[in-house]
Amino acid sequence: MVRKDSIRRQESRRGALMAAPMACFAVLLVALPLIYVLCTSLVSGGKFTFSSAFTLDAYRALLREDYLRVFANSLQLAFFTTVISLVVGYPFGYCMARAGRRWKALLMMLVIIPFWTSALVRIFGWKILLQANGPINGVLRALGLIDQNIRFLGSYGSVLLAMVYCLISFMILPCYNAVDKMDFTLVEAARDLGSKPWRAFLTVTLPLTMPGILAGCVLVFVPSVGLFYLSDIMGGGLVLVGNLIRDQLLKVRDWNVGSAMSMVLIVLSAGIYLLYRKAGGDNLGVF
Amino acid sequence: MRDILLSLQHITKNFGEGDILHDISLDVRRGEFVTLLGASGCGKTTTLRIISGLETPDEGQVILNGQDMTALPPEKRPVNTVFQSYALFPHMNVEKNVAYGLRVRGMEKKAIAQRVSEMLDLVQMSAYAKRMPAQLSGGQRQRIAIARALAPQPQLLLLDEPLGALDLQLRRQMQLELKRLQKKLGITFIYITHDQEEAVNMSDRIAVMRDGRFEQLGTPEEIYDAPMTRYVAQFIGRSTILTGRVESCSGDHAVVKTENGRVPADASRANLKEGEMCDLCVRTERMRADTAPVPGFDLPATLQEVRYAGGSVLMYVRLSDGSEAVATSEARMADAPQPGARVFLHWNPAQAAVIGGASHGA
Amino acid sequence: MAAGKRKKRKVFSPIYLTLVLIVLYLPILMVVLYSFNAGRTIGSWQGFTTDWYARLFANALMADALKNSLLLAVISSALAGGIGTLGAIGLSKTHMKLGGAVETLATLPMMIPELVLGMAYLAVFTGIGIQLGMGALVLTHTTFCIPYVFINVKSRLVGMDPAVEEAARDLGASPMRVMRDITLPLIAPAVVSGMMLSAAMSLDDVVISFFVTSAETTTLPLKVYTGLRSGGTPEINALSTLMLGAIFLCVALSQLFAARSQKKMNSAR
Repeated sequence: MVRKDSIRRQESRRGALMAAPMACFAVLLVALPLIYVLCTSLVSGGKFTFSSAFTLDAYRALLREDYLRVFANSLQLAFFTTVISLVVGYPFGYCMARAGRRWKALLMMLVIIPFWTSALVRIFGWKILLQANGPINGVLRALGLIDQNIRFLGSYGSVLLAMVYCLISFMILPCYNAVDKMDFTLVEAARDLGSKPWRAFLTVTLPLTMPGILAGCVLVFVPSVGLFYLSDIMGGGLVLVGNLIRDQLLKVRDWNVGSAMSMVLIVLSAGIYLLYRKAGGDNLGVF
Repeated sequence: MRDILLSLQHITKNFGEGDILHDISLDVRRGEFVTLLGASGCGKTTTLRIISGLETPDEGQVILNGQDMTALPPEKRPVNTVFQSYALFPHMNVEKNVAYGLRVRGMEKKAIAQRVSEMLDLVQMSAYAKRMPAQLSGGQRQRIAIARALAPQPQLLLLDEPLGALDLQLRRQMQLELKRLQKKLGITFIYITHDQEEAVNMSDRIAVMRDGRFEQLGTPEEIYDAPMTRYVAQFIGRSTILTGRVESCSGDHAVVKTENGRVPADASRANLKEGEMCDLCVRTERMRADTAPVPGFDLPATLQEVRYAGGSVLMYVRLSDGSEAVATSEARMADAPQPGARVFLHWNPAQAAVIGGASHGA
Repeated sequence: MAAGKRKKRKVFSPIYLTLVLIVLYLPILMVVLYSFNAGRTIGSWQGFTTDWYARLFANALMADALKNSLLLAVISSALAGGIGTLGAIGLSKTHMKLGGAVETLATLPMMIPELVLGMAYLAVFTGIGIQLGMGALVLTHTTFCIPYVFINVKSRLVGMDPAVEEAARDLGASPMRVMRDITLPLIAPAVVSGMMLSAAMSLDDVVISFFVTSAETTTLPLKVYTGLRSGGTPEINALSTLMLGAIFLCVALSQLFAARSQKKMNSAR
């Protein structure tokens, strides 16, 4: 029915042509590598070739008790990271959204700048702060709170601190957006109807900002499962999935098990994301 | 035929989502002001976009000056558009906006400057040449959009609800100005609106559109006085429509039997035959209601409410079958009958439109 | 009593905001501060010096890493700028069904763990014989930078009145001319903002670079990473400070352009 030379067709064709380079990148440098990893996880004895036979050996190998413990550790750490980020980040986002208009812009800027700044360098800052003879111990000593320097570095707490520190912006921004969008006359209405402030918060503010909270949790949880170098830098030898994958590739040189682990990580991330979308979550735009 | 500028021939367009044009044909004479009038979604904007080239019809031809333009892209057509959202280029000042159509044609700088200042004079915006669009009010943007579209001297100017975003006062003023501008320049206008008053005030001819078809095409008078379908009658002006069967017919005089009683009709207007169903459309300002019956009319009603309407009085009545009608009276409020009174409706049969035959029920 | 409560919140809110911001910025401050520390141990302050910077610049390896990183950031953000912008404009015009799939795939690198992507690249590159090193770095960095440009430009395009481009064609401009005169000038701030973010991301990347670089090619973040794993030295401090400076600049510029884009958008409405 539609004429071949219709202006819509011309536009559409021109658009497709313009998007072609991006499509090439998407196929060759995103889809292809991931498919390759998937295939490699399904064979044995090295990377995937067209002659290799499919097997689930690599996935069976994951069921080793020590591997499972590493997965459990990673999930546990990710969970704690998410909870702490929420407890600290939500009030921050809330206060930010309730600040004056000019303050809001400034606060936004102040939150966004570290968000885009090297995680590595910022963690390095903590390493300086937490040194045995570093500033924090120094202050505590000067205040007479401790006699001996505390060994912060290498503890589980220090890794957790680094994780929260790196990811908390992902919690603050969606929470801020949710609170900022909320109609505060609703809270006033609840107060007017006799609700105590806390009740009004629990029955009005919290449910209304739930989408932001959920988005924040997903945005914190998913990357925190995969972050591996923080534990390395903070010391303490906490082995996470990330470390395990890296070691499979660079030390054990077992591509199949490494790929299988990666696939588990992808499926986990995608699963959480899909669950979130199912629960009615928005697109996770953090811009 | 020589003075026909634009001819749409059997245009059909079928989008996915029911936005459709069915076999539209229209001839527009040079210098004419033609309005496409219809509710939103009736296909009037699509028709305009097909004329400008921003949309290609599935079937049919767009012929301008005797040349088939159907396959030409918009930049190659001597047709310009004033968009509903004005669509001024936000990063160019007023002068550059108006100059754009000349610049892309490779016109000389001096000539461009000359033409731009002429155009800005024409729309009385010379003082704003260096302003950015964001610094202008809605009415001012409107003028710039018109100047920009006129600058390349198009043979045909398309206007897509150009006054839609303005308030009533400014709208009335701009209607006058646009009409004056069109007369002065002698350019052919095709104008889109959903405002029937605007259409009646400005146009040489009106095409009433409904669901992708032309419901009626004619001068404002024809459309107003002789609507060919119930839809047109209801869409333009206020009127009461009475449905009935032709009981007898002798010469021009017919008697129509409605649910509420017998009334006379002018049979010549719709070529009525005995036994046919037809609609009578009586404009509110031509409907009368008196306390005494008028010979030939047998249409009793109960007066519900009397309202002052500036210069005349509107009488809201209820007919015996429960339907409502509105009549106009020149009487003063104090002289009007009290609500609840029994009144008799009547009118001059020559002034009532008769919608009958094939178009009945449409 | 209500006034008292309100007052309490008025006091609590700024204190809390300030506190968290201090915690957010204190470590960054430490890195900068200790890059001027005369002592060799990174924990304790022993006086001011700029020696470490001098040493840094004297170190040929460091200079090489700096050069690599800057080159990489410039090339990959420029490539991502071009490809992502064309992609966003193209996908907004095309009605082809594959468009959605291309968009999902192209923005996927933002969603999946870097580690997985890094190992996938290593596997594919060694598998099909692409040499690791600068070329591989450029390819991969461009890939993970594209989403930042794409999303920025796309949201700008969504906010634009399509009639503006149509008006230009209606006035006689060819599609190429519309692109040059109308579309590109209107989205330029979004493009620059996206490219600045891309540069920041590229300057910051450890994980993917770690997998696809060769023994001869090193970048600043990789230097910092290896330096940190072995405890950290004042040179690393100085290096980090330089990196911070570069990234801060990129982010600040990006924010500036984003604000300008917002302003343009508002005035276009």
